[in-house]
Amino acid sequence: MGGTAGMNSELIKMFFTFAKIGAFTLGGGYAMVPIMEKEIVDRKQWLTREEFMDILIVAQSTPGLFAINMASHIGNKARGVLGGIIGSLGVALPSIVVILLIAMFFQAFKDNIYIEKIFMGIRPAVVALIAAPCFSMARTAKITLYNVWIPIVACVLITAFGISPIWIILVAGLAGFVWGKVKRS
Amino acid sequence: MIFLQLFIVFTKIGAFNFGGGYAMLSLIHNEVVEKNQWLTSSEFTDIVAISQSTPGPIGINCATYTGYTAVLNEGYPEWMAILGAVLASLSVLWVPFLLMLTISKILLKYSKTTTVTSVFSVLRPAIVGLIAAAAILLMSADNFGSPSESTFQFVASLLIFLFAFIGTRLYRIHPIIMIILAGLAGLVIY
Repeated sequence: MGGTAGMNSELIKMFFTFAKIGAFTLGGGYAMVPIMEKEIVDRKQWLTREEFMDILIVAQSTPGLFAINMASHIGNKARGVLGGIIGSLGVALPSIVVILLIAMFFQAFKDNIYIEKIFMGIRPAVVALIAAPCFSMARTAKITLYNVWIPIVACVLITAFGISPIWIILVAGLAGFVWGKVKRS
Repeated sequence: MIFLQLFIVFTKIGAFNFGGGYAMLSLIHNEVVEKNQWLTSSEFTDIVAISQSTPGPIGINCATYTGYTAVLNEGYPEWMAILGAVLASLSVLWVPFLLMLTISKILLKYSKTTTVTSVFSVLRPAIVGLIAAAAILLMSADNFGSPSESTFQFVASLLIFLFAFIGTRLYRIHPIIMIILAGLAGLVIY
């Protein structure tokens, strides 16, 4: 007979668990999977390992932020819709606070000559960090000689013609749908 | 109205983000740098660097930073800028949240069906193109220095780029380490 008080304290606990997960995931995304697994499956036992794996697959293939997808689904499964909302907000809170502090701090310091020098070094490295995963992702996306034109066309449309990536996603999804229908009939 | 614009733009960014973090960058660049000009191309790169070394997904990090900066640049006071940051961050979240609640059950049930498989068979390669586009768009004079006006910076940037690319691809050096090394290099050579 926990009643509302029991439910509330459960939700508060859930909020802090997800806030902790959010706070310790540097760089976002997949880095958070092992931390989540430890907290959710091993320590809190809100989900079994199989349920956790299923959610992982769905979170990868639905739009939105991977971390939020995970948190909303886990929260929802363990404590209903309210749990989903609390979980998502918990995961998002630490990053909002940290970036807000940096934004406020950065406005004051970005004209500092040393900060500018540091960022002149960092900027080309960041571009490399973005370029590098294209090659490993090409393997996961099963890119072969037959479909390599898809990423190339997408890339040219965005960079040379200024087409919004939204259209690329919509058209690619639709094309896949139609292609599947044609192949079967 | 800046608050309404922030809400619409970041709702769009959240709703069309397939494939996580980096895939979202070309979309954020398109909306935030090109269309609305809330940030410059180099500010955008700075946020990507910052979000590699701070907690949380890149999408939320970009939203928080852009929300704050855009409202402040419109001439509003600081507390309004903080509201803008929170509003932009929550705007990224709400559509994926609702989608996740409703379609996850359906997708779990049908994820092995041929229709879902064939949709993703085209979507996944396209997303690789999206990420490549983000990298190419950022290879600008803003981030590398211009070859004619600042030749030294341009050549140094190319070397840092190659070093970082090879380091992450072949030696799997952690992105945070890479960013710290590049920052130190900048401090020493400039």
